[in-house]
Amino acid sequence: MEIWRLPVSASQRGKLISAGYTTLSSLSSISSSDLARELKVSESEALDILKVASHSHSGGSEMSSGNCSIFEGAQNAWDMLHEEESLVHITTSSADLDNILGGGIHCKEVTEIGGVPGIGKTQLGIQIAVNVQIPHDFGGLGGKAIYIDTEGSFMVERALQIAEACIEDMSEYNRFLRKDFQACEIRMQPKDILGNIFYFRICSYTEQIALINYLDKFISEHKDVKVVVVDSVTFHFRQDFDDMALRTRVLSGMALKLMKLAKKFSLAVVLLNQVTTKLSEGSFQLALALGDSWSHTCTNRIVLYWNGNERYAYIDKSPSLRSASAAYSVTPRGIRNSSSSCKRIKMM
Amino acid sequence: MANKLISEIPLPKSIANVFAARNISTAKDALSLTEFELMELLDVGLTEVRSALSQISEIVAPPYQTALSLMEQRFQNEHLGGHFPTGLKGLDSALCGGIPFGVLTELVGPAGIGKTQFCLKLSLLASLPTNYGGLDGRVIYIDVESKFSSRRLLEIGLRSFPEIFQMKEMAQEMAGRVFVLRPSSLSEFTQSLQQIKVSLLQNQVKMLVIDSMAALVSGEHEQGVHRQQTLSWHISFIKSLAEFSRIPVIVTNQVRSQSHDEASQYSFQE
Repeated sequence: MEIWRLPVSASQRGKLISAGYTTLSSLSSISSSDLARELKVSESEALDILKVASHSHSGGSEMSSGNCSIFEGAQNAWDMLHEEESLVHITTSSADLDNILGGGIHCKEVTEIGGVPGIGKTQLGIQIAVNVQIPHDFGGLGGKAIYIDTEGSFMVERALQIAEACIEDMSEYNRFLRKDFQACEIRMQPKDILGNIFYFRICSYTEQIALINYLDKFISEHKDVKVVVVDSVTFHFRQDFDDMALRTRVLSGMALKLMKLAKKFSLAVVLLNQVTTKLSEGSFQLALALGDSWSHTCTNRIVLYWNGNERYAYIDKSPSLRSASAAYSVTPRGIRNSSSSCKRIKMM
Repeated sequence: MANKLISEIPLPKSIANVFAARNISTAKDALSLTEFELMELLDVGLTEVRSALSQISEIVAPPYQTALSLMEQRFQNEHLGGHFPTGLKGLDSALCGGIPFGVLTELVGPAGIGKTQFCLKLSLLASLPTNYGGLDGRVIYIDVESKFSSRRLLEIGLRSFPEIFQMKEMAQEMAGRVFVLRPSSLSEFTQSLQQIKVSLLQNQVKMLVIDSMAALVSGEHEQGVHRQQTLSWHISFIKSLAEFSRIPVIVTNQVRSQSHDEASQYSFQE
């Protein structure tokens, strides 16, 4: 019965069914006054029901591509290719890492990055929040960043260090390429970069849900936000929850909203996740936290791990990138390509 | 903020009544349910549920700050720029000035390496007046393993700052600022934490040292996952104490050996 799919309240649905309206087509030819009389509701309520029904019937009102499309609201793959190619990626400042990512962190997608404590998740998060601000002239997005901190791991001093290094790199790039032309000064200052990072501190899962609900309005008012970093998405969901089914429902609702945000505003969503051990085939294996149902919700999944004494990133899941690993390092200037001097110090 | 009452949020009267009738009294209850569950429960349409949720979310969501204003607040306005210098030049420069305020700093090492000595020195430094590089305040030292030695503390003081500690009244004043707690069980520790929160609110305590975290649970019977869950509330609480009062918190931990074969790996690493 198609009526079940209509987003109307339970009592309205009950009245429709008992009056004999079980399919959407049955509602297409009736007038609102007749419906009001049959269901014994007010005419404005009947009008609302009819609007919802005709809305569902025509398959949604997303913007169509403008070109010929057989289905309203669908886009053909050729047009999508053109769109996808014109999207700029957010660089991670490590060329090797950017390579396996296909240029960098993708906009309009949700990327999950997980790893053991100390591997550099927060470092990567801060680097992305700085790099999204690289101006268009330098191949960046020139956008702002939202940093949602659930653990209290954001260090302002570190963000300042990374911002300063980013500006120095840009100046050097400038000098290198534009030697012949008049040197254009980089007008950006590290303070400006810090001023473009919107920092939210979350102390409970309720605040996390509320904030993600509120982000739609916030980003509508700050249209130049191009990345949302959540550090980490797991923290509040690992401790307080006894009801696992509720946790799964809440998490999927959150993932869906984040995906909608990414698509609606063409921004990148980066979720940092923690790691847990699970028993598999008789031995303990590391896996990202929040369970199997969560692992389906993100578009891309990157695992950061130790290989010997070096830091590596592995593309675990992606619709368009192949599985690959790349080494990277955390330096005083931020995330960079791996070099021999940046290995982990062996504990005595 | 999570426990904000629905009755205090300016919602349209009709929907507020429905929430109350269905026993959804706090924001937490409302936000834990999905949109469809709420529609089912409250018997209202999707648009009304969405607008109510967006109003509740807007009020419960925390306010934002730019990273710049965060830096100005901490770096430029706080004492010592938000870091407590340890006096070890190399360590201080690696830590951007010293032990950071507002977060937990963990000292890890094998037995005998000097964790307790480090804690004693830091407690002493924190009690000193600001012109000697101290925080000029009280220190709470939670000594789980009964390793605190006041004689050693005063010896350190005498050797490092003879001009202060040679005078008996000054030595008494400084040592008198270090308060040692010896909880014999986890529940006692929990109670002490509540008291610590009160003293923090009164602004007298400038540093918290917990020596050691591992010893707090080693006495308890539960193993494995439960052990982590037992401490997780305490750690969150201590973190929140550190954050709102902007003091340095030092925590020590022990090291256990782990053979390389035991180290867990990801499924793709094999």
